[in-house]
Amino acid sequence: MLDNIQKQLLREVADLYKMPKGAYNIRANGEKAARNTTENIDIVTKEDKPGIDIIIKDGTKNESVHIPVVLSESGIKETVYNDFYIGEDCDVVIVAGCGISNCGSHDSEHDGVHRFFVGKNSKIRYVEKHYGEGDGSGKRILNPVTEVYQKENSYVDMEMVQIKGVDSTHRVTKAELAEGATMIVHERLMTHGEQKATSVYEVELNGEGSSTDVISRSVAKDNSEQIFEAAIIGNTVCNGHAECDAIIMDNAHVVAVPKLDARNVDAALIHEAAIGKIAGEQLIKLMSLGLTEAEAEEQIIGGFLR
Amino acid sequence: MLELKDLTYQVEENNEIKTIIDHLDLNIDDGKFVVITGPNGGGKSTLAKLIMGVKELTSGQMIFDGEDITDCSITDRARKGISFAFQQPVHFKGIKVLDLLRLATGKNISVNTACEYLSKVGLCAKEYIDREVNSSLSGGELKRIEIATVLARGTKFSIFDEPEAGIDIWSFQNLIQVFENIRKTVKGTVLIISHQERILNIADEIIVIEDGRVKRHGPKDEVLPELLGTADAVNRACSKMS
Repeated sequence: MLDNIQKQLLREVADLYKMPKGAYNIRANGEKAARNTTENIDIVTKEDKPGIDIIIKDGTKNESVHIPVVLSESGIKETVYNDFYIGEDCDVVIVAGCGISNCGSHDSEHDGVHRFFVGKNSKIRYVEKHYGEGDGSGKRILNPVTEVYQKENSYVDMEMVQIKGVDSTHRVTKAELAEGATMIVHERLMTHGEQKATSVYEVELNGEGSSTDVISRSVAKDNSEQIFEAAIIGNTVCNGHAECDAIIMDNAHVVAVPKLDARNVDAALIHEAAIGKIAGEQLIKLMSLGLTEAEAEEQIIGGFLR
Repeated sequence: MLELKDLTYQVEENNEIKTIIDHLDLNIDDGKFVVITGPNGGGKSTLAKLIMGVKELTSGQMIFDGEDITDCSITDRARKGISFAFQQPVHFKGIKVLDLLRLATGKNISVNTACEYLSKVGLCAKEYIDREVNSSLSGGELKRIEIATVLARGTKFSIFDEPEAGIDIWSFQNLIQVFENIRKTVKGTVLIISHQERILNIADEIIVIEDGRVKRHGPKDEVLPELLGTADAVNRACSKMS
Protein backbone atom coordinates (compact mmCIF):
# COMPACT_ATOMS: atom_id res chain seq x y z
CA MET A 1 0.00 0.00 0.00
CA LEU A 2 1.16 3.49 -0.75
CA ASP A 3 1.23 6.11 1.99
CA ASN A 4 0.13 9.72 1.57
CA ILE A 5 3.58 11.08 0.79
CA GLN A 6 4.01 8.48 -1.90
CA LYS A 7 0.59 9.26 -3.35
CA GLN A 8 1.47 12.97 -3.45
CA LEU A 9 4.70 12.15 -5.29
CA LEU A 10 2.75 10.05 -7.78
CA ARG A 11 0.46 12.96 -8.49
CA GLU A 12 3.46 15.21 -9.17
CA VAL A 13 5.35 12.86 -11.48
CA ALA A 14 2.62 10.98 -13.26
CA ASP A 15 -0.57 13.03 -12.75
CA LEU A 16 -1.90 9.92 -11.06
CA TYR A 17 -4.73 10.44 -8.62
CA LYS A 18 -5.64 6.76 -8.50
CA MET A 19 -4.46 3.56 -10.06
CA PRO A 20 -4.11 4.17 -13.79
CA LYS A 21 -5.94 2.30 -16.50
CA GLY A 22 -3.87 -0.04 -18.62
CA ALA A 23 -0.49 -1.44 -17.71
CA TYR A 24 1.49 -0.06 -14.81
CA ASN A 25 4.32 -0.80 -12.45
CA ILE A 26 4.76 1.36 -9.38
CA ARG A 27 8.06 1.15 -7.52
CA ALA A 28 8.22 2.60 -4.01
CA ASN A 29 11.36 2.75 -1.85
CA GLY A 30 13.17 0.18 -3.94
CA GLU A 31 10.38 -2.36 -4.11
CA LYS A 32 7.45 -3.22 -6.33
CA ALA A 33 4.33 -1.61 -4.88
CA ALA A 34 1.81 -2.42 -7.60
CA ARG A 35 1.68 -3.91 -11.09
CA ASN A 36 -0.86 -4.52 -13.78
CA THR A 37 -0.41 -6.06 -17.19
CA THR A 38 -2.79 -6.18 -20.13
CA GLU A 39 -3.36 -8.52 -23.02
CA ASN A 40 -0.95 -6.53 -25.17
CA ILE A 41 1.49 -5.16 -22.61
CA ASP A 42 3.50 -7.42 -20.36
CA ILE A 43 5.77 -6.35 -17.52
CA VAL A 44 8.40 -8.79 -16.27
CA THR A 45 10.83 -8.37 -13.38
CA LYS A 46 14.45 -8.69 -14.41
CA GLU A 47 16.31 -11.55 -12.77
CA ASP A 48 19.91 -10.43 -13.14
CA LYS A 49 19.54 -6.84 -11.89
CA PRO A 50 16.92 -4.48 -10.49
CA GLY A 51 14.36 -3.39 -13.04
CA ILE A 52 11.70 -4.56 -15.44
CA ASP A 53 11.15 -5.49 -19.06
CA ILE A 54 8.11 -3.92 -20.67
CA ILE A 55 7.03 -5.89 -23.71
CA ILE A 56 4.49 -4.37 -26.05
CA LYS A 57 2.98 -6.61 -28.75
CA ASP A 58 2.89 -5.70 -32.44
CA GLY A 59 -0.11 -3.58 -33.39
CA THR A 60 -0.88 -2.34 -29.85
CA LYS A 61 -2.73 0.93 -30.21
CA ASN A 62 -4.17 3.57 -27.87
CA GLU A 63 -2.78 1.91 -24.76
CA SER A 64 -0.64 3.34 -22.01
CA VAL A 65 2.04 2.19 -19.57
CA HIS A 66 2.78 4.00 -16.33
CA ILE A 67 6.01 3.16 -14.52
CA PRO A 68 6.50 5.78 -11.80
CA VAL A 69 9.07 5.50 -9.01
CA VAL A 70 8.75 7.13 -5.62
CA LEU A 71 11.30 7.41 -2.83
CA SER A 72 10.08 8.61 0.53
CA GLU A 73 12.69 7.10 2.84
CA SER A 74 15.87 9.09 3.33
CA GLY A 75 19.11 7.45 2.26
CA ILE A 76 17.89 5.12 -0.49
CA LYS A 77 20.28 4.78 -3.42
CA GLU A 78 19.29 2.64 -6.35
CA THR A 79 20.00 2.03 -10.00
CA VAL A 80 17.11 0.52 -11.95
CA TYR A 81 17.23 -0.90 -15.45
CA ASN A 82 14.03 -0.73 -17.46
CA ASP A 83 13.88 -2.04 -21.01
CA PHE A 84 11.00 -1.29 -23.36
CA TYR A 85 10.49 -3.68 -26.24
CA ILE A 86 7.95 -2.05 -28.51
CA GLY A 87 6.65 -4.11 -31.43
CA GLU A 88 5.75 -2.93 -34.93
CA ASP A 89 2.81 -0.67 -35.81
CA CYS A 90 2.14 0.36 -32.22
CA ASP A 91 0.79 3.65 -30.91
CA VAL A 92 1.32 3.89 -27.14
CA VAL A 93 1.92 6.39 -24.37
CA ILE A 94 4.55 5.64 -21.74
CA VAL A 95 4.63 7.70 -18.58
CA ALA A 96 7.67 7.38 -16.34
CA GLY A 97 8.88 9.71 -13.65
CA CYS A 98 10.50 9.82 -10.27
CA GLY A 99 9.47 11.66 -7.17
CA ILE A 100 11.73 11.92 -4.14
CA SER A 101 10.63 13.17 -0.75
CA ASN A 102 13.65 13.45 1.48
CA CYS A 103 13.08 14.79 4.95
CA GLY A 104 16.11 13.05 6.40
CA SER A 105 19.81 13.80 6.47
CA HIS A 106 20.96 11.12 4.03
CA ASP A 107 21.09 11.57 0.28
CA SER A 108 18.39 9.84 -1.76
CA GLU A 109 19.30 8.82 -5.26
CA HIS A 110 17.47 7.12 -8.10
CA ASP A 111 19.32 6.38 -11.31
CA GLY A 112 17.00 5.01 -13.97
CA VAL A 113 18.49 3.43 -17.04
CA HIS A 114 15.81 3.21 -19.72
CA ARG A 115 16.31 1.51 -23.05
CA PHE A 116 13.74 1.72 -25.82
CA PHE A 117 13.68 -0.66 -28.75
CA VAL A 118 11.06 0.80 -31.06
CA GLY A 119 9.73 -1.37 -33.89
CA LYS A 120 8.94 -0.36 -37.45
CA ASN A 121 6.15 2.20 -37.97
CA SER A 122 5.49 2.49 -34.25
CA LYS A 123 4.59 5.73 -32.55
CA ILE A 124 5.59 6.36 -28.94
CA ARG A 125 4.92 9.24 -26.68
CA TYR A 126 7.16 9.14 -23.62
CA VAL A 127 6.67 11.49 -20.67
CA GLU A 128 9.18 11.63 -17.84
CA LYS A 129 8.76 13.96 -14.91
CA HIS A 130 11.11 14.51 -12.01
CA TYR A 131 10.10 16.03 -8.74
CA GLY A 132 11.69 16.46 -5.35
CA GLU A 133 10.44 17.69 -1.99
CA GLY A 134 11.28 17.51 1.68
CA ASP A 135 13.20 19.83 3.98
CA GLY A 136 15.89 17.47 5.22
CA SER A 137 19.57 18.13 4.60
CA GLY A 138 19.87 14.96 2.50
CA LYS A 139 20.15 15.64 -1.20
CA ARG A 140 17.67 14.48 -3.85
CA ILE A 141 19.61 13.10 -6.75
CA LEU A 142 18.38 11.74 -10.11
CA ASN A 143 20.67 10.56 -12.87
CA PRO A 144 18.59 9.19 -15.72
CA VAL A 145 20.11 7.46 -18.71
CA THR A 146 17.89 6.97 -21.74
CA GLU A 147 18.81 4.99 -24.82
CA VAL A 148 16.53 4.88 -27.84
CA TYR A 149 16.90 2.56 -30.81
CA GLN A 150 14.41 3.39 -33.52
CA LYS A 151 13.59 1.10 -36.45
CA GLU A 152 12.33 2.27 -39.86
CA ASN A 153 9.62 4.97 -39.90
CA SER A 154 9.13 4.93 -36.16
CA TYR A 155 8.21 8.10 -34.31
CA VAL A 156 9.24 8.96 -30.76
CA ASP A 157 8.07 12.05 -28.96
CA MET A 158 9.77 12.53 -25.58
CA GLU A 159 8.81 15.04 -22.97
CA MET A 160 11.28 15.45 -20.11
CA VAL A 161 10.24 17.69 -17.27
CA GLN A 162 12.05 18.67 -14.09
CA ILE A 163 10.58 21.74 -12.49
CA LYS A 164 11.16 21.50 -8.79
CA GLY A 165 13.15 20.14 -5.95
CA VAL A 166 15.84 17.95 -7.47
CA ASP A 167 19.28 18.89 -6.14
CA SER A 168 21.41 17.22 -8.70
CA THR A 169 20.73 15.70 -12.10
CA HIS A 170 22.95 14.32 -14.78
CA ARG A 171 20.80 13.26 -17.69
CA VAL A 172 22.18 11.38 -20.64
CA THR A 173 20.00 10.61 -23.65
CA LYS A 174 21.27 8.70 -26.67
CA ALA A 175 19.36 7.75 -29.77
CA GLU A 176 20.02 5.91 -33.03
CA LEU A 177 17.54 6.37 -35.85
CA ALA A 178 16.98 4.16 -38.88
CA GLU A 179 15.45 5.14 -42.23
CA GLY A 180 12.52 7.54 -42.02
CA ALA A 181 12.51 7.56 -38.22
CA THR A 182 11.74 10.74 -36.27
CA MET A 183 12.62 11.73 -32.73
CA ILE A 184 11.25 14.82 -31.04
CA VAL A 185 12.47 15.87 -27.60
CA HIS A 186 10.96 18.61 -25.47
CA GLU A 187 12.91 19.22 -22.31
CA ARG A 188 11.73 21.63 -19.64
CA LEU A 189 13.87 22.39 -16.69
CA MET A 190 13.88 24.79 -13.80
CA THR A 191 16.65 24.94 -11.24
CA HIS A 192 16.89 27.04 -8.11
CA GLY A 193 18.91 27.33 -4.91
CA GLU A 194 22.21 25.52 -5.27
CA GLN A 195 20.91 22.91 -7.74
CA LYS A 196 22.93 21.53 -10.57
CA ALA A 197 21.52 19.98 -13.73
CA THR A 198 23.38 18.58 -16.68
CA SER A 199 21.63 17.33 -19.78
CA VAL A 200 23.47 15.60 -22.58
CA TYR A 201 21.81 14.51 -25.82
CA GLU A 202 23.42 12.54 -28.59
CA VAL A 203 21.27 11.66 -31.56
CA GLU A 204 22.69 9.65 -34.44
CA LEU A 205 20.80 9.93 -37.70
CA ASN A 206 21.79 6.74 -39.49
CA GLY A 207 18.91 6.06 -41.87
CA GLU A 208 17.97 8.05 -44.95
CA GLY A 209 15.26 10.61 -44.28
CA SER A 210 15.57 10.32 -40.51
CA SER A 211 15.05 13.49 -38.50
CA THR A 212 15.26 14.88 -35.00
CA ASP A 213 14.26 18.01 -33.16
CA VAL A 214 15.71 18.49 -29.67
CA ILE A 215 14.21 21.47 -27.90
CA SER A 216 15.20 22.56 -24.41
CA ARG A 217 13.60 25.36 -22.48
CA SER A 218 15.03 26.12 -19.09
CA VAL A 219 15.01 28.66 -16.29
CA ALA A 220 17.97 28.95 -13.93
CA LYS A 221 17.37 30.85 -10.68
CA ASP A 222 19.40 31.72 -7.58
CA ASN A 223 22.86 30.10 -7.58
CA SER A 224 21.89 27.12 -9.70
CA GLU A 225 23.87 25.74 -12.60
CA GLN A 226 22.75 24.17 -15.87
CA ILE A 227 24.74 22.56 -18.61
CA PHE A 228 23.03 21.59 -21.86
CA GLU A 229 24.90 19.63 -24.48
CA ALA A 230 23.25 18.56 -27.70
CA ALA A 231 25.10 16.60 -30.31
CA ILE A 232 23.49 15.58 -33.58
CA ILE A 233 25.36 13.27 -35.89
CA GLY A 234 24.19 13.13 -39.49
CA ASN A 235 25.47 10.07 -41.31
CA THR A 236 23.18 10.29 -44.32
CA VAL A 237 20.42 12.38 -45.94
CA CYS A 238 18.73 13.64 -42.80
CA ASN A 239 17.42 16.64 -40.88
CA GLY A 240 18.54 17.59 -37.40
CA HIS A 241 17.63 20.59 -35.29
CA ALA A 242 18.60 21.39 -31.71
CA GLU A 243 17.43 24.40 -29.78
CA CYS A 244 18.38 25.58 -26.33
CA ASP A 245 16.50 28.51 -24.93
CA ALA A 246 17.33 29.54 -21.39
CA ILE A 247 16.25 32.29 -19.02
CA ILE A 248 18.99 33.17 -16.59
CA MET A 249 18.22 34.91 -13.29
CA ASP A 250 19.99 36.02 -10.11
CA ASN A 251 23.48 34.46 -9.86
CA ALA A 252 22.78 31.40 -11.98
CA HIS A 253 25.15 29.89 -14.49
CA VAL A 254 24.01 28.41 -17.81
CA VAL A 255 26.19 26.67 -20.36
CA ALA A 256 24.94 25.60 -23.81
CA VAL A 257 27.21 23.38 -25.85
CA PRO A 258 26.07 22.69 -29.40
CA LYS A 259 27.71 20.00 -31.48
CA LEU A 260 26.77 19.24 -35.06
CA ASP A 261 28.60 16.44 -36.78
CA ALA A 262 27.77 16.01 -40.48
CA ARG A 263 29.25 13.05 -42.26
CA ASN A 264 27.23 13.33 -45.43
CA VAL A 265 26.83 16.22 -47.86
CA ASP A 266 23.02 15.94 -47.57
CA ALA A 267 22.88 16.06 -43.78
CA ALA A 268 21.04 19.28 -42.88
CA LEU A 269 21.85 20.14 -39.26
CA ILE A 270 20.92 23.29 -37.36
CA HIS A 271 21.59 24.42 -33.84
CA GLU A 272 20.14 27.43 -32.09
CA ALA A 273 20.98 28.57 -28.60
CA ALA A 274 19.83 31.62 -26.70
CA ILE A 275 20.49 32.52 -23.08
CA GLY A 276 19.19 35.73 -21.62
CA LYS A 277 17.33 37.36 -18.81
CA ILE A 278 13.59 38.07 -18.94
CA ALA A 279 13.07 40.90 -21.40
CA GLY A 280 12.23 44.20 -19.73
CA GLU A 281 9.49 44.86 -22.31
CA GLN A 282 7.73 41.64 -21.35
CA LEU A 283 7.63 42.70 -17.70
CA ILE A 284 6.45 46.19 -18.64
CA LYS A 285 3.64 44.85 -20.83
CA LEU A 286 2.30 42.58 -18.12
CA MET A 287 2.67 45.28 -15.48
CA SER A 288 0.65 47.59 -17.74
CA LEU A 289 -2.11 44.96 -17.47
CA GLY A 290 -2.06 45.43 -13.69
CA LEU A 291 0.32 42.65 -12.61
CA THR A 292 3.09 43.31 -10.11
CA GLU A 293 6.65 42.70 -11.25
CA ALA A 294 6.77 39.41 -9.34
CA GLU A 295 3.45 38.26 -10.82
CA ALA A 296 4.64 39.22 -14.31
CA GLU A 297 7.84 37.24 -13.81
CA GLU A 298 5.85 34.20 -12.68
CA GLN A 299 3.60 34.36 -15.76
CA ILE A 300 6.55 34.72 -18.13
CA ILE A 301 8.40 31.76 -16.61
CA GLY A 302 5.21 29.68 -16.43
CA GLY A 303 4.52 30.26 -20.12
CA PHE A 304 8.11 29.67 -21.12
CA LEU A 305 8.20 26.30 -19.36
CA ARG A 306 4.78 25.21 -20.51
CA MET B 1 -9.54 63.96 -16.01
CA LEU B 2 -5.83 63.71 -16.64
CA GLU B 3 -3.83 66.79 -15.76
CA LEU B 4 -0.20 67.08 -16.82
CA LYS B 5 1.58 69.94 -15.10
CA ASP B 6 4.93 71.32 -16.19
CA LEU B 7 6.21 67.91 -17.37
CA THR B 8 9.84 67.69 -18.30
CA TYR B 9 11.72 64.61 -19.45
CA GLN B 10 15.42 64.73 -20.17
CA VAL B 11 17.96 62.13 -21.19
CA GLU B 12 21.72 62.19 -21.22
CA GLU B 13 23.28 61.53 -24.60
CA ASN B 14 27.04 61.76 -25.18
CA ASN B 15 27.44 63.72 -21.94
CA GLU B 16 24.85 66.23 -23.06
CA ILE B 17 21.42 66.73 -21.55
CA LYS B 18 18.72 66.43 -24.17
CA THR B 19 15.20 67.66 -23.41
CA ILE B 20 12.51 65.46 -24.96
CA ILE B 21 9.49 66.87 -23.11
CA ASP B 22 9.86 70.52 -22.27
CA HIS B 23 7.70 72.02 -19.47
CA LEU B 24 4.55 70.59 -21.03
CA ASP B 25 1.09 71.40 -19.67
CA LEU B 26 -1.98 69.52 -20.83
CA ASN B 27 -5.45 68.61 -19.60
CA ILE B 28 -7.44 65.75 -21.11
CA ASP B 29 -11.13 65.67 -20.22
CA ASP B 30 -13.07 62.51 -19.44
CA GLY B 31 -14.80 60.61 -22.21
CA LYS B 32 -12.97 62.36 -25.01
CA PHE B 33 -11.50 60.70 -28.08
CA VAL B 34 -8.19 62.53 -28.42
CA VAL B 35 -5.53 62.12 -31.09
CA ILE B 36 -1.98 63.32 -30.55
CA THR B 37 -0.03 64.06 -33.71
CA GLY B 38 3.06 65.97 -34.72
CA PRO B 39 6.46 65.50 -36.35
CA ASN B 40 8.62 62.45 -35.63
CA GLY B 41 10.96 63.01 -32.72
CA GLY B 42 8.63 65.64 -31.26
CA GLY B 43 8.01 63.68 -28.05
CA LYS B 44 4.60 62.05 -28.68
CA SER B 45 5.52 58.49 -27.76
CA THR B 46 7.62 59.66 -24.85
CA LEU B 47 4.65 61.56 -23.48
CA ALA B 48 2.47 58.45 -23.75
CA LYS B 49 5.08 56.37 -21.92
CA LEU B 50 5.37 59.00 -19.19
CA ILE B 51 1.61 58.79 -18.65
CA MET B 52 1.79 54.96 -18.30
CA GLY B 53 4.88 55.24 -16.08
CA VAL B 54 7.07 53.29 -18.51
CA LYS B 55 9.45 56.24 -18.46
CA GLU B 56 10.15 58.30 -15.37
CA LEU B 57 9.61 62.06 -15.32
CA THR B 58 12.54 64.38 -14.76
CA SER B 59 10.17 66.92 -13.20
CA GLY B 60 6.51 67.89 -13.17
CA GLN B 61 3.29 66.45 -11.85
CA MET B 62 0.54 64.14 -13.09
CA ILE B 63 -2.96 64.14 -11.65
CA PHE B 64 -5.42 61.41 -12.65
CA ASP B 65 -9.00 61.77 -11.43
CA GLY B 66 -7.83 64.20 -8.78
CA GLU B 67 -5.13 61.86 -7.49
CA ASP B 68 -1.41 62.55 -7.79
CA ILE B 69 0.06 59.62 -9.73
CA THR B 70 3.48 61.19 -10.38
CA ASP B 71 5.30 58.61 -8.27
CA CYS B 72 3.07 55.62 -9.05
CA SER B 73 4.50 52.47 -10.63
CA ILE B 74 3.24 51.03 -13.93
CA THR B 75 1.24 48.45 -11.97
CA ASP B 76 -0.40 51.11 -9.78
CA ARG B 77 -1.34 53.25 -12.77
CA ALA B 78 -2.76 50.19 -14.55
CA ARG B 79 -4.85 49.38 -11.48
CA LYS B 80 -6.08 52.96 -11.24
CA GLY B 81 -7.47 52.63 -14.77
CA ILE B 82 -4.83 53.46 -17.36
CA SER B 83 -4.12 51.07 -20.26
CA PHE B 84 -1.47 51.17 -22.93
CA ALA B 85 -1.22 49.55 -26.37
CA PHE B 86 2.45 49.50 -27.24
CA GLN B 87 3.75 50.61 -30.60
CA GLN B 88 5.86 47.47 -30.87
CA PRO B 89 3.99 44.61 -29.22
CA VAL B 90 6.13 42.22 -27.20
CA HIS B 91 6.52 38.51 -27.96
CA PHE B 92 5.98 35.91 -25.26
CA LYS B 93 7.20 32.36 -25.71
CA GLY B 94 4.60 29.97 -24.39
CA ILE B 95 1.96 32.56 -23.46
CA LYS B 96 -1.14 32.12 -25.60
CA VAL B 97 -3.50 34.80 -26.87
CA LEU B 98 -6.17 33.49 -24.47
CA ASP B 99 -3.73 33.72 -21.53
CA LEU B 100 -2.88 37.30 -22.39
CA LEU B 101 -6.55 38.28 -22.61
CA ARG B 102 -7.20 36.58 -19.27
CA LEU B 103 -4.31 38.50 -17.69
CA ALA B 104 -5.68 41.69 -19.23
CA THR B 105 -9.16 41.23 -17.77
CA GLY B 106 -7.77 39.91 -14.48
CA LYS B 107 -10.38 37.16 -14.68
CA ASN B 108 -10.54 33.61 -15.91
CA ILE B 109 -12.75 34.67 -18.81
CA SER B 110 -14.36 32.05 -21.04
CA VAL B 111 -13.09 31.31 -24.52
CA ASN B 112 -16.29 32.90 -25.84
CA THR B 113 -15.68 36.18 -24.05
CA ALA B 114 -12.06 36.22 -25.23
CA CYS B 115 -13.25 35.60 -28.77
CA GLU B 116 -15.50 38.66 -28.57
CA TYR B 117 -12.47 40.87 -27.89
CA LEU B 118 -10.63 39.35 -30.83
CA SER B 119 -13.61 39.86 -33.10
CA LYS B 120 -13.63 43.53 -32.11
CA VAL B 121 -10.14 43.92 -33.58
CA GLY B 122 -11.07 42.02 -36.72
CA LEU B 123 -9.41 38.70 -35.95
CA CYS B 124 -11.15 35.43 -36.58
CA ALA B 125 -11.06 34.31 -32.99
CA LYS B 126 -10.95 30.54 -33.44
CA GLU B 127 -7.72 30.76 -35.39
CA TYR B 128 -5.94 32.82 -32.79
CA ILE B 129 -7.16 31.97 -29.32
CA ASP B 130 -4.74 29.05 -28.84
CA ARG B 131 -1.77 30.55 -30.61
CA GLU B 132 1.29 31.70 -28.77
CA VAL B 133 1.98 35.42 -28.76
CA ASN B 134 5.31 34.90 -30.53
CA SER B 135 7.04 35.70 -33.79
CA SER B 136 4.86 33.24 -35.73
CA LEU B 137 2.24 36.01 -35.75
CA SER B 138 2.58 38.84 -38.25
CA GLY B 139 3.11 42.46 -37.24
CA GLY B 140 -0.53 43.28 -38.04
CA GLU B 141 -1.82 40.32 -36.02
CA LEU B 142 0.32 41.20 -33.01
CA LYS B 143 -0.86 44.78 -33.22
CA ARG B 144 -4.51 43.72 -33.16
CA ILE B 145 -3.93 41.39 -30.23
CA GLU B 146 -2.19 44.24 -28.45
CA ILE B 147 -5.22 46.46 -29.05
CA ALA B 148 -7.52 43.64 -27.90
CA THR B 149 -5.68 43.46 -24.54
CA VAL B 150 -6.46 47.13 -23.98
CA LEU B 151 -10.11 46.69 -25.00
CA ALA B 152 -10.37 43.67 -22.69
CA ARG B 153 -9.22 45.75 -19.74
CA GLY B 154 -11.95 48.29 -20.44
CA THR B 155 -10.32 50.95 -18.27
CA LYS B 156 -11.36 54.58 -18.09
CA PHE B 157 -8.22 55.81 -19.87
CA SER B 158 -6.74 53.95 -22.86
CA ILE B 159 -3.61 54.96 -24.74
CA PHE B 160 -2.75 53.62 -28.21
CA ASP B 161 0.77 54.44 -29.38
CA GLU B 162 0.85 54.65 -33.18
CA PRO B 163 -1.44 51.70 -33.88
CA GLU B 164 -0.76 52.08 -37.61
CA ALA B 165 3.04 51.81 -37.29
CA GLY B 166 4.62 48.74 -38.82
CA ILE B 167 1.57 47.28 -40.52
CA ASP B 168 0.84 46.96 -44.21
CA ILE B 169 -1.74 49.06 -46.04
CA TRP B 170 -4.27 46.19 -46.22
CA SER B 171 -4.21 45.60 -42.51
CA PHE B 172 -4.37 49.33 -42.01
CA GLN B 173 -7.72 49.63 -43.78
CA ASN B 174 -9.19 47.14 -41.32
CA LEU B 175 -7.52 48.82 -38.39
CA ILE B 176 -9.20 52.12 -39.18
CA GLN B 177 -12.54 50.32 -38.93
CA VAL B 178 -11.47 48.92 -35.57
CA PHE B 179 -10.88 52.43 -34.27
CA GLU B 180 -14.09 53.71 -35.79
CA ASN B 181 -15.85 51.00 -33.81
CA ILE B 182 -13.92 51.85 -30.65
CA ARG B 183 -15.00 55.44 -31.22
CA LYS B 184 -18.65 54.37 -31.21
CA THR B 185 -18.58 51.87 -28.36
CA VAL B 186 -15.94 52.82 -25.81
CA LYS B 187 -17.05 54.70 -22.74
CA GLY B 188 -13.78 55.98 -21.28
CA THR B 189 -11.18 58.40 -22.54
CA VAL B 190 -9.14 57.31 -25.58
CA LEU B 191 -5.77 58.81 -26.42
CA ILE B 192 -4.26 57.76 -29.74
CA ILE B 193 -0.93 58.80 -31.14
CA SER B 194 -1.25 58.82 -34.89
CA HIS B 195 -0.23 60.43 -38.15
CA GLN B 196 -3.19 59.10 -40.07
CA GLU B 197 -5.77 61.51 -41.41
CA ARG B 198 -8.57 58.94 -41.06
CA ILE B 199 -7.80 58.53 -37.38
CA LEU B 200 -7.45 62.28 -36.88
CA ASN B 201 -10.81 62.60 -38.60
CA ILE B 202 -12.68 60.65 -35.90
CA ALA B 203 -11.16 62.61 -33.01
CA ASP B 204 -13.03 64.96 -30.68
CA GLU B 205 -9.83 66.82 -30.04
CA ILE B 206 -6.45 66.98 -31.70
CA ILE B 207 -3.20 67.80 -29.90
CA VAL B 208 -0.10 68.70 -31.88
CA ILE B 209 3.16 68.00 -30.05
CA GLU B 210 6.35 69.50 -31.39
CA ASP B 211 9.74 69.95 -29.74
CA GLY B 212 8.40 68.47 -26.53
CA ARG B 213 5.62 71.02 -26.14
CA VAL B 214 1.94 71.35 -26.99
CA LYS B 215 1.91 73.39 -30.16
CA ARG B 216 -1.83 73.21 -30.69
CA HIS B 217 -4.76 71.71 -28.77
CA GLY B 218 -8.33 72.13 -29.91
CA PRO B 219 -11.46 70.57 -31.38
CA LYS B 220 -10.89 68.43 -34.46
CA ASP B 221 -12.98 70.78 -36.63
CA GLU B 222 -10.56 73.60 -35.90
CA VAL B 223 -7.21 71.83 -35.81
CA LEU B 224 -7.57 69.31 -38.65
CA PRO B 225 -8.17 71.88 -41.43
CA GLU B 226 -5.09 73.76 -40.24
CA LEU B 227 -3.00 70.56 -40.42
CA LEU B 228 -4.38 69.54 -43.79
CA GLY B 229 -3.96 73.10 -45.02
CA THR B 230 -0.28 72.82 -44.25
CA ALA B 231 -0.07 69.54 -46.11
CA ASP B 232 -1.96 71.03 -49.05
CA ALA B 233 0.43 73.92 -49.13
CA VAL B 234 3.35 71.51 -49.25
CA ASN B 235 1.70 69.51 -52.02
CA ARG B 236 1.10 72.65 -54.07
CA ALA B 237 4.69 73.76 -53.63
CA CYS B 238 5.89 70.31 -54.67
CA SER B 239 3.65 70.22 -57.74
CA LYS B 240 5.06 73.57 -58.87
CA MET B 241 8.58 72.16 -58.65
CA SER B 242 7.81 69.21 -60.88
